[in-house]
Amino acid sequence: ISLSRNHVLVCFLLQVLICRNYKGDVDMSEIDHFMPLLMQHEEEGLLCPVMSHGNVHFMWIKHSNLYLVATTNKNSNASLVYAFLYKLVEVFTEYFKELEEESIQDNFVVVYELLDELMDFGFPQTTDSKILQEYITQEGAKLEVAKSKVPTTVTNAVSWRSEGIKYKKNEVFIDVIESINVLVNANGSVMSSDIVGSIKLKTMLSGMPELRLGLNDRVLFGLTGRDKGKTVMMEDVKFHQCVRLSRFESDRTISFIPPDGESELMSYRINTHVKPLIWIESVIEKFSHSRVEIMVKAKGQFKKQSVANNVEVRVPVPSDADSPKFKTSTGNAKYVPEKNLVVWTIKSFPGGKEFLMRAHFGLPSVENEEAESKPPITVKFEIPYFTVSGIQVRYMKIIEKSGYQALPWVRYITQSGDYQLRTNV
Amino acid sequence: MQEWANQLCENRQFGSKMTDSKYFTTTKKGEIFELKAELNSDKKEKKKEAVKKVIASMTVGKDVSALFPDVVNCMQTDNLELKKLVYLYLMNYAKSQPDMAIMAVNTFVKDCEDPNPLIRALAVRTMGCIRVDKITEYLCEPLRKCLKDEDPYVRKTAAVCVAKLHDINAQLVEDQGFLDTLKDLISDSNPMVVANAVAALSEIAESHPNSNLMDLNPQTINKLLTALNECTEWGQIFILDCLANYTPRDDRESQSICERVTPRLSHANSAVVLSAVKVLMKFMEMLPKDLDYYGTLLKKLAPPLVTLLSAEPELQYVALRNINLIVQRRPEILKHEMKVFFVKYNDPIYVKLEKLDIMIRLASQANIAQVLAELKEYATEVDVDFVRKAVRAIGRCAIKVEQSAERCVSTLLDLIQTKVNYVVQEAIVVIKDIFRKYPNKYESVIATLCENLDSLDEPEARAAMIWIVGEYAERIDNADELLESFLEGFHDESTQVQLQLLTAIVKLFLKKPTETQELVQQVLSLATQDSDNPDLRDRGYIYWRLLSTDPVAAKEPPSAFVEGSRGVQHKRLPGSTESESPDTASAAAVSDAPPAVIPSQGDLLGDLLNLDLTPPTTTGPPPPASSGMQMGAMDLLGGGLDSLLGGDLGGSPAIGAGFGAPPAAMPASFSAPVSGGLDDLFDLGGGVGMPMGAYSAPKTVWLPALKAKGLEISGTFARRSGVIQMEMTLTNKAMSVMTDFAIQFNRNSFGLAPAGPLQVLTPLSPNQSIEVTLPLNTVGPVMKMEPLNNLQVAVKNNIDVFYFSCQYPISMLFVEDGKMERQVFLATWKDIPNDSEAQFQIKDCHLNAASNKLQGSNIFTIAKRTVDGQDMLYQSMKLTNGIWVLTEMRVQAGNPVYTVKKCVYIYIANMVDRI
Repeated sequence: ISLSRNHVLVCFLLQVLICRNYKGDVDMSEIDHFMPLLMQHEEEGLLCPVMSHGNVHFMWIKHSNLYLVATTNKNSNASLVYAFLYKLVEVFTEYFKELEEESIQDNFVVVYELLDELMDFGFPQTTDSKILQEYITQEGAKLEVAKSKVPTTVTNAVSWRSEGIKYKKNEVFIDVIESINVLVNANGSVMSSDIVGSIKLKTMLSGMPELRLGLNDRVLFGLTGRDKGKTVMMEDVKFHQCVRLSRFESDRTISFIPPDGESELMSYRINTHVKPLIWIESVIEKFSHSRVEIMVKAKGQFKKQSVANNVEVRVPVPSDADSPKFKTSTGNAKYVPEKNLVVWTIKSFPGGKEFLMRAHFGLPSVENEEAESKPPITVKFEIPYFTVSGIQVRYMKIIEKSGYQALPWVRYITQSGDYQLRTNV
Repeated sequence: MQEWANQLCENRQFGSKMTDSKYFTTTKKGEIFELKAELNSDKKEKKKEAVKKVIASMTVGKDVSALFPDVVNCMQTDNLELKKLVYLYLMNYAKSQPDMAIMAVNTFVKDCEDPNPLIRALAVRTMGCIRVDKITEYLCEPLRKCLKDEDPYVRKTAAVCVAKLHDINAQLVEDQGFLDTLKDLISDSNPMVVANAVAALSEIAESHPNSNLMDLNPQTINKLLTALNECTEWGQIFILDCLANYTPRDDRESQSICERVTPRLSHANSAVVLSAVKVLMKFMEMLPKDLDYYGTLLKKLAPPLVTLLSAEPELQYVALRNINLIVQRRPEILKHEMKVFFVKYNDPIYVKLEKLDIMIRLASQANIAQVLAELKEYATEVDVDFVRKAVRAIGRCAIKVEQSAERCVSTLLDLIQTKVNYVVQEAIVVIKDIFRKYPNKYESVIATLCENLDSLDEPEARAAMIWIVGEYAERIDNADELLESFLEGFHDESTQVQLQLLTAIVKLFLKKPTETQELVQQVLSLATQDSDNPDLRDRGYIYWRLLSTDPVAAKEPPSAFVEGSRGVQHKRLPGSTESESPDTASAAAVSDAPPAVIPSQGDLLGDLLNLDLTPPTTTGPPPPASSGMQMGAMDLLGGGLDSLLGGDLGGSPAIGAGFGAPPAAMPASFSAPVSGGLDDLFDLGGGVGMPMGAYSAPKTVWLPALKAKGLEISGTFARRSGVIQMEMTLTNKAMSVMTDFAIQFNRNSFGLAPAGPLQVLTPLSPNQSIEVTLPLNTVGPVMKMEPLNNLQVAVKNNIDVFYFSCQYPISMLFVEDGKMERQVFLATWKDIPNDSEAQFQIKDCHLNAASNKLQGSNIFTIAKRTVDGQDMLYQSMKLTNGIWVLTEMRVQAGNPVYTVKKCVYIYIANMVDRI
């Protein structure tokens, strides 16, 4: 019902690295139960992001080899806790490049300062790292002056952009990136497919500019009664906090004051059934005690003018396979034994083309006792200058009171997201 | 810890690196003294270095509390970084050195008036974290000032400090009037301050559940909604969580709040989205369902929920847990989104299991084929827990979607063929559940199950198999051998298996008393004399006594017992509820049976046999699957959703108990009223001049005017074009006008209930009569009545409430599709044990007319033959609750006396489907 009650925030690796008790109601020694508890859950195969010991709950995430753990003894808002933990990772990464054991030890003073500023009594406060960097700095001693006042941004309605930013040349770079998620059954039927799009900005604009982004959004065109060209139906849209959500809700206008530098302005999900851009047909035959024969056919199901780059088809092989032999009609195949994969790489894959890869592995005569899991074939690729949904940036209006001219640049790219094809073996 | 710090200096070359980690190197002996000296140094830089070293030692868990006075001495500095470090130290050690902590108070008070707002905020923030009573008194004045500070950064920090102080000394906060100041901050011009004030107030309100602290009214709500648009993502969450506690006055206010909250569904922060969903789910309750906006809102909820599934796994997990609740409350929101819950290979196990659960909840006839194909795929994975759950899921599908049961069974059989041990065991447990839900339907698979008997080593699977053998003992030739084989190691079995074995053998004995006398003796003596387990002993004694002292019970047709046990499938004896296996509960939760009160069966042994369904597993831990995933006292969306979902959650005993009850509620004494009904049918018409169609008796007086202050009710029952009707004449024999009629039925054997209100639209004047037809349905609560066809009715009018009871003809319950295929009829006829048979004499009936006329009453003639000069009619009928009755009627030539030779009831609702 209420907020994160008590967070002892802890990042640690086998031993507690650093912690911060935001409220006094959970004993700091409780954290000693975390690691054994984690091991126990792991052993039972019942890993869970929430674990309890007595009346203390541990909510944790893992980042490289660090565990970030929040403890609470109340009924907390769990999504807030996880969102905050991920925010921590984000802030620390922006501060220290890498979030790891070493960087925390090297900067423990700043880490303490940040923890102090990020959350108070279990309530997350200012978590925008760009703004934080204005008053919590790594070379504290040198910047005494800057630190002596609170940036107004901290408490402003516009809490993501500072005043007084200056650029010689005012530009905005817009990247429209669409990821294709596909799940295909072993018999070749597409179980689910969707497009997750993301519009990223690199803003290099002076002052406090007002931006408006125009897309070929079907709902917008429906509202305004316009009907020209192709429109896109976005199933769901998520915005950076800079976008005025109520404005979008009422008239589908995407208006905002952008954060400086790089940011993700929005993401969207499109449900329309897309033809998998790279279609894989595979025949994997396993002859127990002797060999595995793999035949994979990849077909580019997109426009002839487009080219998919850096295509990787990852085909699982049994963990006890040996002596690989490959034959490919293009690109090259490599055996990655530590991942039990054959990775077939095609640097450039034109639309409409079809390629073939054959692989042959030996199997030991003594069979592996353990049952093997059945990982799917996965595919990675990117197709530049093209969005599969047909989404387009129609305009980007930039208005600043000083009246400068600014240039928007747009790039489109389509890439593989979670692209899985189940196999029979 | 010391090693860790030492190791640190060994492993790294610090010389070149000017980082904080160098401070960790100084933890060596005698170092406290060194530090003390450095802390008292005149040089600022040296002081600062020393404090850093102290903090470093503190971080690695070393006790540096001895340095308290020295560190506090460093507090008065204008170096912000140093000040922060000292404050950090204070927070850690003030509690262990309360007297010394007072030393710091002066500086705190001074810092609260510092021109630098950062320092003012820091001081007020830190003071709140020092949980020492003596200090709190000094905190009040500075806090009061900071709450009214000109800088919003200080105000927002002070707002939180009120909550901190309240946690330490609630009375003080109230006495000082801080709560009112905090409430004023809700109207602050700065959204961050509003958000923190809301957060602090919610926090305080939580510890005073009854105080109307938040005092939410339309004005404050409006302020909150305005701040919602402007504050940070976290502030939005505080405000949304607070809004969720508000109860709007009417549906219009509810709608306007919803309209202003919906834009939050587009926020990039998943936690904001989930909090918004929580608010919307709650306020949606207030909206009338026919409102256009209600539909719009429903549609808006699905896409953001689906998008949450591409968040980080932990957030996905929280989202899934909440979706699970939402799906139970409003399945329509996500009914078309089944595919997004399909499990991906790389999902973490907790996400997989949660998705699986939601898939079952969303399973319906429309998507069941797809779901089953997926589940089968999962069941061939290698992750044992996941596979087990997938197999269970197949069983739950069978129970939830009746049409899919056959497919599920064949999928399970395929899986059994894989011979993967844990898959087989899981499948058998699940098939037992399917058998319970659809008795006598799939027993053709029993042979396959028996083949795997030896491979079962898990108690649950063994118990399930034993149950199956006992239940279907009459169809398994070597049932006695199979059960006997378990007896050998009786004492090594788990309680669950022992109890099951005991019950199964008693069942077997009732079915085949002659051959199994010895076996039952053996198990009873094992259970009662050689066992230390009180549950087992008690049950053994009860069976024993019943079998030996109640010859009547023992001689009763065995089916009666079996039926009894089916009828009350999930009835729980008091005390066994808490130990009930979660799996059963979940299976029950997915079944669509309406919550119904279980008929109280008169048959004690029947009830007892049924104990085996809920073994008192007081020993042993709960199954691991649930313990791992259970959230314990904490639910993920802060307790809100589940409470607003209220009693509708599945798995609650009330719903569980209703599982499968109505159709199976068939009492043993059924034959009597049937004969009565038939008698009526035959008696009356004489076969001449009766119009085709259902027979209906003339009205009789049910409620004499004398007993009902002048209201006389006479009536009858009829079945007209498939609808059961209660036809009544209401007569007003009083002196005054009667109005406001209403009718209600008590629970009855077939769940009869009014399908609509009693339609008496005009007031009934004195001496006036009115004809009323009340359509009935059979979905009401079930309770066995004596006689079976008794119906207790309450009629209310403006004068009083009156009660009467009447009896309805059983023929009214014969449904239109009661005609059985000839083949099925023959097969079934043979299968029915002779004990389930009853004979009646019927007088004065004409054969030729009988067949047609009976058909009019939904009694269908299946076949006719003549043997030894006797005409024989074979007939079938089906009752509303799915029970079939098969009859044979003999007609002696030239003698108008007819004998219903065989009146049989069997339990299979869907016998026809099987063949």
